[in-house]
Amino acid sequence: MDKSIEMKVENLAVGRSGVPVLEGISFALAPGQVMVLRGPNGSGKTTLLRTLAGLQLPMAGSISVPGESIAYGAHADGLKSTLSVRENLDFWAKIHATDNVDEVLERFNLTALADRPAANLSAGQKRRLGLARLLVSGRAIWLLDEPTVSLDVASVEIFAQAVRDHVAAGGAALIATHIDLRLEADLFDVTDLRADPDGATALAGAFDEAFA
Amino acid sequence: MIALLIRDLRLSVRAGGGFGLGLAFFLIVTILVPFGVGPEGDILARIAPGILWVGALLACLLSLDRVFQLDFEDGTLDILATSPIPMEGLVMVKALAHWLTTGLPLVLAAPVFAMLMQLEGPGQVWLFFSLALGTPALSMIGSFGAALTVGLKRGGLLVSLLVLPLYVPTLIFGAEAARRGAAGLEATTPLLLLAGITAGSLALIPFASAAAIRINLR
Repeated sequence: MDKSIEMKVENLAVGRSGVPVLEGISFALAPGQVMVLRGPNGSGKTTLLRTLAGLQLPMAGSISVPGESIAYGAHADGLKSTLSVRENLDFWAKIHATDNVDEVLERFNLTALADRPAANLSAGQKRRLGLARLLVSGRAIWLLDEPTVSLDVASVEIFAQAVRDHVAAGGAALIATHIDLRLEADLFDVTDLRADPDGATALAGAFDEAFA
Repeated sequence: MIALLIRDLRLSVRAGGGFGLGLAFFLIVTILVPFGVGPEGDILARIAPGILWVGALLACLLSLDRVFQLDFEDGTLDILATSPIPMEGLVMVKALAHWLTTGLPLVLAAPVFAMLMQLEGPGQVWLFFSLALGTPALSMIGSFGAALTVGLKRGGLLVSLLVLPLYVPTLIFGAEAARRGAAGLEATTPLLLLAGITAGSLALIPFASAAAIRINLR
């Protein structure tokens, strides 16, 4: 893992379909840092994470982050129901050219389920497998969107421990979550940065997008 | 990228993967046409290259909406977009997987199915070669249509409407090459044009498909 990673965001504005959702976002995420993203439902946490992951274009501002350092964990786990647990993870390991599948399966308590098709997993087990992919990716910056949905207390602790080890090894994580993960984390609340969707900026944004 | 190809092929042969669907559809079409046209062998032999080409084209269309849609729905496409694989490479692999599971079986089966249409001898050979040259273009162009409609609910029908007009040149030159070959005429010109369409779509379409997917993920 590259230890000199740092994500810097300056005066970022993000939006969906040309309507700004959040404005004036500035923060830096240093190696070894965990940042928890807070904000009410619909405040734009997912949009922000997707923009940071490079899936969406920012409406203004800049994101500086080393290439190929981001692992994005969304609501959907990207599992194939007809492939077994091990095959699912093996695929991502090959894509990212890593070979720690067995170790990761053990960590997330999935070894006993390794040969079971993903279709037969419970929601929590699927989620664990989806999170296991982060470790397999070998990427330094984790951007996670509600990672603990459908996890039980024990699994949340497994996940929190994985995050602790990840940042201890020089990684970083930005996590949108509503529960207390019992991590040493900085809080980043987006509530005050919400854009006024009816304001003039909304129109300007829509025009920019139309003529981009 | 090889891992992605292997995964796609593996998914297609597992339950619900749709492998063989196009082939079965193609077989049914070639069985139905003689029932509709009647048993006159010379008429069947005359229309065989065209009918077989149209049948292969429609069979290709059947599985197109799955090319990106399933990966989009379960979030895999988002993750792949942030993976080390370039988007252009990803759409190439997806189109190749579609060709291997749909196009290639059609190419291999077509000479056999041609016998149901009274097309024999050199006609079978020319049909085989024209399909082998033309079906990669069908998969490439089709994957572009699939990339444009990814994320739309019930996008399958829209893919057909978008893609079928784009299939016209491939169909014209492919069927023409097979027809001329079967009739013992010079078939080099349509075959070369067909090869040109395939080479052109292989070179250009990955960029268009990749751009379409990037926009649809936003």
